[in-house]
Amino acid sequence: MHALMALSAIGWRELLRFVHQRERFLSALVRPLVWLIVFAAGFRAALGLSIIPPYQTYITYEVYIVPGLVAMIQLFNGMQSSLSMVYDQEMGSMRVLLTTPLPRWWLLLSKLLAGVAVSILQVYAFLAVALMFGIDVPMSGLLPILPALVLSGLMLGAVGMLLASLIRQLENFAGVMNFVIFPTFFLSTALYPVWKMREASVQLAAICEWNPFTHAVELVRFALYGQVAWLSLAVVVGCGLGFFLLAVWSFDPSRRFRAGRTA
Amino acid sequence: MAVSRTSDEIAALHVATLSFRYGQRLALDNINFAVAPGETVILLGPNGAGKTTLFSLICGLFASRQGDISIAGRSLINDGAAALAPLGVVFQAQTLDLDLTVRQNLRYYCALRGMGRAEADSRIEAELTRMKMAERIDEKARALNGGHRRRVEIARAMLHRPKILLLDEPTVGLDIPTRRDLIEDLHKRGREDGTALLWATHLIDEVAEADRMLVLHKGRLVADGSLTDLKRQTGTDKLDAAFAVLTRQEAA
Repeated sequence: MHALMALSAIGWRELLRFVHQRERFLSALVRPLVWLIVFAAGFRAALGLSIIPPYQTYITYEVYIVPGLVAMIQLFNGMQSSLSMVYDQEMGSMRVLLTTPLPRWWLLLSKLLAGVAVSILQVYAFLAVALMFGIDVPMSGLLPILPALVLSGLMLGAVGMLLASLIRQLENFAGVMNFVIFPTFFLSTALYPVWKMREASVQLAAICEWNPFTHAVELVRFALYGQVAWLSLAVVVGCGLGFFLLAVWSFDPSRRFRAGRTA
Repeated sequence: MAVSRTSDEIAALHVATLSFRYGQRLALDNINFAVAPGETVILLGPNGAGKTTLFSLICGLFASRQGDISIAGRSLINDGAAALAPLGVVFQAQTLDLDLTVRQNLRYYCALRGMGRAEADSRIEAELTRMKMAERIDEKARALNGGHRRRVEIARAMLHRPKILLLDEPTVGLDIPTRRDLIEDLHKRGREDGTALLWATHLIDEVAEADRMLVLHKGRLVADGSLTDLKRQTGTDKLDAAFAVLTRQEAA
């Protein structure tokens, strides 16, 4: 009971903070829309797509990249939450959280879930705008993607949390973000199917297939068409659990709070 | 489980054979002391003496590798995070969410402590009133000055009626009149509530005549007693002289 109250309080705080940061919401929305409307329009002509599962007919490129952009929203959000965790640690509100008489793993999981909830709001806002632009997003897929979004959000949030545990200072964060976000996104099936990638380079295709982010994208893609990508499901759940355990294990405030502080 | 009937006999805080290392450096060396229920104890020490490290250990932020800490009879080693329930903390750095209102900040804290909404609201009102901050409840924390933020943080630390309140240099960065008010308030609270206080400072003018003092220097507890005891121990007649002697003798 106490644990659930704490969870909802943490979620509520995250939501309040999100509402206060309108620019964050706007950029979370505009970023994928720019990809969808500008980038995809240009690529549409250059890239021929064959019929691959879960699609049963020819699709336009815009339709293909929707799940990738959904996962991108969650990737950015995961990094953003970890950034705010580092910020919280420097600002002290993390201390208030960690002196709560509840196990640390539960507090960190609550924080993770709160971030996932925010990312899901962003995803649905994006899908609503995409529909308004006439992109063919199957309405029947809007509900089935919810569990997929929870799982992919948890995995991507856990990666962010792991980074937050490892990176000691806020200043180092920007660099790491660039080294994590861009390769993760480009070396995945978010923008092009893996067979297309293989035409260019077998090695790149292999990296792409091993990239957990690819599986987050595919999990969402199949769910959008009412199907379960079992391999991706296993990878996302397994990696999510692994990243989270590593994050909890490597989370050691004595390392961070000592820096630059008098004892 | 501590039985509440006997809680008078159980120390509000008990620190036993506690040591802590940052890598090779020994930051705390075999610290032992207890704080009785309702007692006010001042933890004095120059910057770098180990005060914040000791507080971080008591708050469960750092895991102690040697020794144990019990809060109202529950051990951090045996009971884990649950032992933190009877503890209230005011950190040296300010820890309010500046974008949230005072009420939102305090409700968040109450929920983290498992308090229901009705109880939370009545406790929030009571504690803010005591700290003379009740009329600021719907203002953003950002709109408050340093002294007022501190008051809110003290009110927050008391919401769940802790058995012991830890204060880590609570007056740092405050102007002199604000500081004086706060010191007076805190001493009064200690007397009235039966809440034990452990109060870290490096400013000896924050000590009241009757306070018990622990002097921490280079990670070791070099004195424990009243002002009279400290003066006798050092052969001096003033606290600042006694403090100077205590924190010098280890310097060689």
